[in-house]
Amino acid sequence: MDQNRREVMGANENSSAKPRVRPIVRLGIFLISHSNIVSLVCFLAGVVALLLLPVLAKNTYISENALMPGSAYNMLSTHHVSDANKFIKDLTDLEFTSMASPIESQKLIARYMSALDAEVTFHKFYPQFSQFHPLHFFTSPDSGIISKNGTCSSFGVNTIGIIRAPRGDGKEAIVLVTPYNRSKVGLGEAVSLGIAYSVFSLLSRVTWLAKDVIWLVADSQYGEYSAVAAWLREYQAPVFHKVDVVTSEACNESSTFNELGQGLYLDGKLNGDFRRAGTMAAALVIKVAEQGDRYEDSLNIYAEATNGQMPNLDLINIVNYMAVHKQGLRIEVKKMWSLLDSWWLNTLGVIFESLGKIARSLNPQWKFGIPASEYVEGAATLASSLYYQGLGVPTGPHGAFRDYQVDAITLEISPKVSLTKLYRRNEFILRGGRLIEGVIRSINNLLEKFHQSFFLYLLTSPGKFVSVGVYMIPFALLVAPLPIVAAYLHANASNSNPQNPSTLEVDGSHKSWEWLNSARKVLVIHLWGVVVSLLPFFLRQLPNTTLTMNFVLWGFLSILSLLILYLILGCPIAEASASQLEKNKWASLKSVTISTAFIGLSLMSVINFATAEIGALLIVPICLLARPLKLDIQARSWRTLLRASFNIALGFVVFPPVAFVLLKVAFEDFYGINVGDYWKWVESLWAWNSATYLYVGVVHLPCWALCIYILFHPC
Amino acid sequence: MALPPKATFPLSLFLLLPLLLLSLVLATTTQQEEFSEELLLKPLPDRKILAHFHFQNEAPLDADSFARHHHLFPKSISQLVQKFHIKSMELSFTQGRWNYERWGGFDPISSHNAKPPGVELWAVFDVPPHQVDASWKNLTHSLSGLFCASINFLESSTTYSAPEWAFQSALGSLRYGTLPREAVCTENLTPWLKLLPCRDKAGLSSLMDRPSIYRSFYHSQRLHLTMSSAPSDGSRSGIILEQTLTVVLQPNDQNADTNHVSKAKIQPSWSLSSIFGRKISGRCVLAKLSTVYLHADKGLVAQLENLHKTTAQFADNDTGPEDYRVNSGFKLSVTPKRVHTELGKDSSILYEYPIKDYKDTEQFDLGLSWEHPIVWSSPHAPFYASRFLMGSGNERGAIAISLKSTEMTQGLVTNNIEERCKLQVNVLQVVPWYVKVYYHTLQLLIDERPRVLTDFVERMRVSPSEDKVSPGMMELVLQFPCEMKSAVLSIEFDKGFLHIDEYPPDANQGFDIPSAIISFPDFNAALQFYDKSQSKSPLLSKLQEKSPVLSYTEVLLVPLTTPDFSMPYNVITITCTVFALYFGSLVNVLRRRVGEEERLLKNKDASKAVFLRRVLTKLSAKLRGRPLESTTSPSSSSSSSFVSPKLILRVLLVAGIAIAWQYYSQ
Repeated sequence: MDQNRREVMGANENSSAKPRVRPIVRLGIFLISHSNIVSLVCFLAGVVALLLLPVLAKNTYISENALMPGSAYNMLSTHHVSDANKFIKDLTDLEFTSMASPIESQKLIARYMSALDAEVTFHKFYPQFSQFHPLHFFTSPDSGIISKNGTCSSFGVNTIGIIRAPRGDGKEAIVLVTPYNRSKVGLGEAVSLGIAYSVFSLLSRVTWLAKDVIWLVADSQYGEYSAVAAWLREYQAPVFHKVDVVTSEACNESSTFNELGQGLYLDGKLNGDFRRAGTMAAALVIKVAEQGDRYEDSLNIYAEATNGQMPNLDLINIVNYMAVHKQGLRIEVKKMWSLLDSWWLNTLGVIFESLGKIARSLNPQWKFGIPASEYVEGAATLASSLYYQGLGVPTGPHGAFRDYQVDAITLEISPKVSLTKLYRRNEFILRGGRLIEGVIRSINNLLEKFHQSFFLYLLTSPGKFVSVGVYMIPFALLVAPLPIVAAYLHANASNSNPQNPSTLEVDGSHKSWEWLNSARKVLVIHLWGVVVSLLPFFLRQLPNTTLTMNFVLWGFLSILSLLILYLILGCPIAEASASQLEKNKWASLKSVTISTAFIGLSLMSVINFATAEIGALLIVPICLLARPLKLDIQARSWRTLLRASFNIALGFVVFPPVAFVLLKVAFEDFYGINVGDYWKWVESLWAWNSATYLYVGVVHLPCWALCIYILFHPC
Repeated sequence: MALPPKATFPLSLFLLLPLLLLSLVLATTTQQEEFSEELLLKPLPDRKILAHFHFQNEAPLDADSFARHHHLFPKSISQLVQKFHIKSMELSFTQGRWNYERWGGFDPISSHNAKPPGVELWAVFDVPPHQVDASWKNLTHSLSGLFCASINFLESSTTYSAPEWAFQSALGSLRYGTLPREAVCTENLTPWLKLLPCRDKAGLSSLMDRPSIYRSFYHSQRLHLTMSSAPSDGSRSGIILEQTLTVVLQPNDQNADTNHVSKAKIQPSWSLSSIFGRKISGRCVLAKLSTVYLHADKGLVAQLENLHKTTAQFADNDTGPEDYRVNSGFKLSVTPKRVHTELGKDSSILYEYPIKDYKDTEQFDLGLSWEHPIVWSSPHAPFYASRFLMGSGNERGAIAISLKSTEMTQGLVTNNIEERCKLQVNVLQVVPWYVKVYYHTLQLLIDERPRVLTDFVERMRVSPSEDKVSPGMMELVLQFPCEMKSAVLSIEFDKGFLHIDEYPPDANQGFDIPSAIISFPDFNAALQFYDKSQSKSPLLSKLQEKSPVLSYTEVLLVPLTTPDFSMPYNVITITCTVFALYFGSLVNVLRRRVGEEERLLKNKDASKAVFLRRVLTKLSAKLRGRPLESTTSPSSSSSSSFVSPKLILRVLLVAGIAIAWQYYSQ
């Protein structure tokens, strides 16, 4: 019957001689014509999918079979621990006895390393202070730009011990890093050195070692990161003609550096030149938190490096496996603590849990529900994972390794009780040491590079992850309305003109090129965005400025530059437009704005996905909703008024400094807001070469400005 | 000589007798086959022991000796020599790295026996130049079979090169190749032992307890072939097969306590039985010479003498013989038969223990126990060479060879303060083709200052790599001033892309750049002993032989871009989909003539639809038992919209049925 009817219908349709449109085109036209509902649905679906990510997270698994974590008995014994304790005692005693020479502790460490038959060297470095080089984004750390302002008196000394694998070929190395401040050694740092020492003393005796082991005691008095980065720079891209950089006669301090090596190079060892040990396979940064967890010994993993790059998931998996199954440590990744108590997340968790229960009652094989508490924890972890990846600033010294494509993580072990008790400390060192031993043994087993597991992922708990295939969906849904709405607006803007017969012949050519005018305007605003993001470079040259002053100056200069640009380039466009076209002008402008936002977001998603995701959440609603307030107010229906108020609220929230403050309040601990904080944040972004800075300056800010312009469009 | 079967014994004996006699006559006229076994032990500064086994097998070479049976000499090797016309050859299997810094780099042992990890093979052929490559290829295959190793990978022209003068100078048609990744284990040792007349059943080789020698820190087995020339006319008169095994062992430290950070450690005492787990029960009866040496090197002797002086001040009962003048530092469990002292002021000492003096019942077990803690250092090569990679990423990088002067050259500076002294350094660097080296970027920095390369290069020979055909090779002869502290040679490269089947099928760790060879022709690694005339020991003569100091650098690992090998599947799937979509729509567009089609469709629809409708309405009418209704066309308004309520209803219906089915089927 249906068949029949359709035939009839077909016949009827054909009789009207309407050409049949291809299904895909029809679908496109359908989507564009219903762009309002489609964009609403897509946006909501995107947000829901984002909220669903903790539910969709999969359990991690060791992907590379060669790793075989925990398949060997631990060899680290109490003997090694007592040696480590002696080392810690010597180190802490030194602080009390000889305040005169801070270099004494370096000597002590070197002596201990040397007694283990390790090759010991010192690496002297001048700390590099963060500098904004607008053209050095995305370039690899350049060894050529050694800071000129690093004075001779302020230098750090890294101590490096290398154990050569007895039968290895020396092509690969595993790096252990312990940051250590020589001027004041806290107990935590001393214990972290002790753990590294216990592992190191074990590794100097074992026969199974296939990769060399480097223990880097990074002098962290100028920051942990800069010490590790300086060492890596020397390791990977050394500068041979140092003579030009730091004039030797000016640096009298080098004599104290030279005396370091005395007494070390006796039995057949050469002088202490910089030493290398092959390609780095992986690096572990070991830290011990002084203030512990109250419940049990726990382990914090930090993995985010520059621009949201993550180490291979397998590295986290091994640590997770060794810590949980072998050492019984509670393992944690960073969480947004403020989210844990939020009522809306909890209700959402309950909703998802009940949905999961219903689904399971329908079919026991549908297992997508997770308990509400687990959901909230997962969401909090995911939020912090997104936030720190999106920030693009490394969360620890491991970030320096990622710049050279070395997988690295920071392990922060926190003890249950204070480490001053010796018995407690012994047990703690034994556990920590066995954990590190197990991880190193596992990496040592690896025949290949880390390549088997994921590089693009978000963690929802130490044992659960969301892979790139899943977390792309919310982003795709969020940005999908943008081209549709742009097409709709463009089509509307060009279609509505012919209704006006008087302009038809006059603007026949003008109409089709009208979008170019809007494009010019958008381009000018984006140009302004570039200028704004370059301004801090010049502002930093000014001496004696406070953070707040910098910020105010920056804002002032930005507005000034906007005015100048508008006067130079903006005015002719505004004049050229005829009054009756004014109505559609905002639509075409919005269309181009949305297109650029779409392009910007898509590009950013390739560079740093998390930034693009957060950025899309912020910028997409206002891009979609933006509409001249005048029109909305003229209409005077509750719907338009609601929209207008939404627009104003969004326009306020999306302004970068406001968004920053709101995010800070939402995610970080609230300690009161200072105007200068934003400047500080921006400064940290460019200091770490974060692409987020570029995104905010070149994509987010211009898009916001254009949306505001549309809101106050005179029509 | 093989025994014939018993039935034909008398006959064959009769037939063979003249042959036997003939061969006996020949054997007496020419040089006798000789075999000697020697072991050199040497305490190393970092509390390890070097054990160097040296077996030498000499055989006369006759024109008609193709099918000849040797008494001692391995037939397989002589056949190899005959077949491929080998002038000289060296094959080494090495595990671990020689520590030039602690174990020394200036003595003959390190110069000859410190080898790069994996397999190294070089051979000089006595054939016309165009046949050299063919001989090399055949040789690699034969050796591969002989030693159970994948030496046959050296057959490919991308793996071997032909250095002319930087390596073994002026030897002729030399081919040189290394396999840095070759794993070495007992399956390589067993065929090597098979070449010895006593295998490891008797004599010194019985010490080779597999677990202990493979537990060593360095393990290198070497096979060296040379033709000995007759003193009269210089023609080839015999083959000398030299087999050495060099191991560096750590004796078990009984009083091992790690709480000795501040005080100097006493060296661990050891004996043959403690380091090898075995004793020498007797000599190999076929060996002409069977000797164990204990070598105390220059630095140790100097330290011992210092110690002796200080102890002599306290105790004046220094009545020991001259041989024991340095023995205050350690005690030997067996008195040496003879002591060789090197010429010169501070000289090394060699204690000799001939094995033949010991009866079979009592076992020889040399032990050394230290009395005082002694710290000394081994003599270093004039420059300590190390090589490393610079840069990161998958695009480009640089190789740097750094040379650091040691106490050796510092001594030279004080000696020759007046005349300008120069130091020659030869560098041989072979680079596989996928590391595309730009030779014009070769830079030289001396004492951290960039210098003009041509001021220091005496000779240079570069053969650039050819993709998939030959590796790149660079031979350099550099002349450095003696007072130079450090030098760095750096050269940049691009990382090439490999074809998918050129990736190794197994673990992809990265690709190796074989060791560079740094040699110092101005220096001779030779020890000169007093009793040169009476010693006929091959090991001693080897130690006294003048040869340039040689050292190998580290093997480097270059990470290249590695494709995800599951990717081809994905790529195939996605390209197939894209192509199907593209061609489908293209064909559709090309084939379809819209106007024509619509006309046809209209006609067809008209006829078919009418027919069908008629049939169906008739059918339904019959089923319902009602008279034929006039077919009013249903409201076609829904057709204009994409989502008709009917369609939704239908979809919902189907979904409902499916859910119900799912629910009740459980």
